[in-house]
Amino acid sequence: MWSFQAIERLGFAMRLFWDSFYWLIVGRRYKQKVRLRQVVEQVRVNGFDALPIVTALCFVVGMMLSIQLLYALSDFGAESQVLLAIAKSVTREFSPLITGVIVAGRSGAAIAARIGSQVVSQEIDALKVMGIVPVRYLVLPPLLGLMISMPLLVICADFTAIFGGAIFSVHKLDMSISAYLVESFNVLVVGDVLQGLIKSVVFGIIIVLVGATTGFYVTGGAEGVGKATTSAVVISISFIVLADMIASYFLTQ
Amino acid sequence: MTEANDNKESVIEVSNLVTHYGLRKILDGVDFNVKKGEIRVIMGGSGSGKSTLLWHILGLYQPTVGEIKLLGQDIQKISFNDMLKLKQDIGVSFQSGALFSSMTVGENVALPLREFTDLDENTIRIISRMKLEVVNLGGFHKLMPSQLSGGMIKRAALARSIVMDPKLLFFDEPSAGLDPVVASEIDDLILSLRDTMGMSMVVVTHELDSAFKIADKITVLDKGKNLLTGTVEEIKNSKNKRVMDLLQRRSRHDKLDPKDYLKRLTQENYTLS
Repeated sequence: MWSFQAIERLGFAMRLFWDSFYWLIVGRRYKQKVRLRQVVEQVRVNGFDALPIVTALCFVVGMMLSIQLLYALSDFGAESQVLLAIAKSVTREFSPLITGVIVAGRSGAAIAARIGSQVVSQEIDALKVMGIVPVRYLVLPPLLGLMISMPLLVICADFTAIFGGAIFSVHKLDMSISAYLVESFNVLVVGDVLQGLIKSVVFGIIIVLVGATTGFYVTGGAEGVGKATTSAVVISISFIVLADMIASYFLTQ
Repeated sequence: MTEANDNKESVIEVSNLVTHYGLRKILDGVDFNVKKGEIRVIMGGSGSGKSTLLWHILGLYQPTVGEIKLLGQDIQKISFNDMLKLKQDIGVSFQSGALFSSMTVGENVALPLREFTDLDENTIRIISRMKLEVVNLGGFHKLMPSQLSGGMIKRAALARSIVMDPKLLFFDEPSAGLDPVVASEIDDLILSLRDTMGMSMVVVTHELDSAFKIADKITVLDKGKNLLTGTVEEIKNSKNKRVMDLLQRRSRHDKLDPKDYLKRLTQENYTLS
């Protein structure tokens, strides 16, 4: 029973994804235009508003990495490699993952709660009888919003994480901060940053689809909305970690 | 009015509608026909399938069997674009109002205009405020739905449902949970909308007073079947026991089947069939 439900919801999420792009492409012909204003609003709410917390945490993660790596690499007398290790691990792995987890907690929960409460209060039915396709109106704007704002967030996160690493490492490495940063950008190749950006777009899609799917499946009033919000966060973080591993495997081939 | 009305075209034709919720049969071969300019009230006890009938007419659910025609078009066969055009000729006022809680009252009313017309912002504002004036909510456009009382929410929802000047208007329990004065105001509004704009309406309610006041014809549903359709007088004079129960607020005196009763109490996986 449990597995049937899971497969059903997976199918529903795929359908949402397909429908979203279907309406993006043909919407104009059927009076289902996607408003630019709505998308920009979503970029602001889900991207720009998350900037402080994302950058702050990535700064801390950068420092944490440098502490651990300096300790681990000192056994081999290879402290100078800490710069390379931080730059690569942060851009490829840590900033997209941290950003994904934070955005899942913020936006994933918000999307699930919003759609869930709209299901409960018949607002979805109201949209349908008005002739507004709910997917186009409720799912597509956050989907586009996150596909745009996640990479932007990750770029900011990359900078602050490397900066955080620099703050702690420069004493041990006997470098200036600016020299550390310049050297970091020298060792990075486009592929490193690109890998993080590709992952972040995938994470954004996961967050919206999981949030929307759990939201649309809400039953049982306010309690149902609460449950949906919780499971949206847990499920999307699980999928993010899983997708991260799979993407890492394929992108490092 | 009955004879004059018989010649008019039908705006809603439902024939042999059978629907299920899971395995439970909700509607069992309902026929339902509404003429142009008519106010039809659907009555029946809780669980008689009256809301279900409404949702199926609106195309929110797929029936098991049956045909539904709105304004002459079969809603199960028409293309997306035709359905969209059809939906703009239909207004629905939900029981809970179903106003979008993230928008102001004015934005709620203006939403269909914004989505489906190319009017400029100024015109949209004027039209939506005009509709709010119709329901006596002039000046309330800047409030959020959470700041309104129950009666005001229903009236705002009514304003939203008539903003596209529909030909067909549906109400789900327009006066449920309202005080008698506000309920009667809403009834007056329904009557004046029909008289001034010539809309046909379907009202689902179990408020007897309100039903007798507004209805041209009443359909009584019972256990998923169309028990009786007739004018207010015909319903009042009906000798049908179930109808009389409903009108005189008598409780049901269904005979208890001891075998069935025991089965319900003891069987673990008992479901209504």
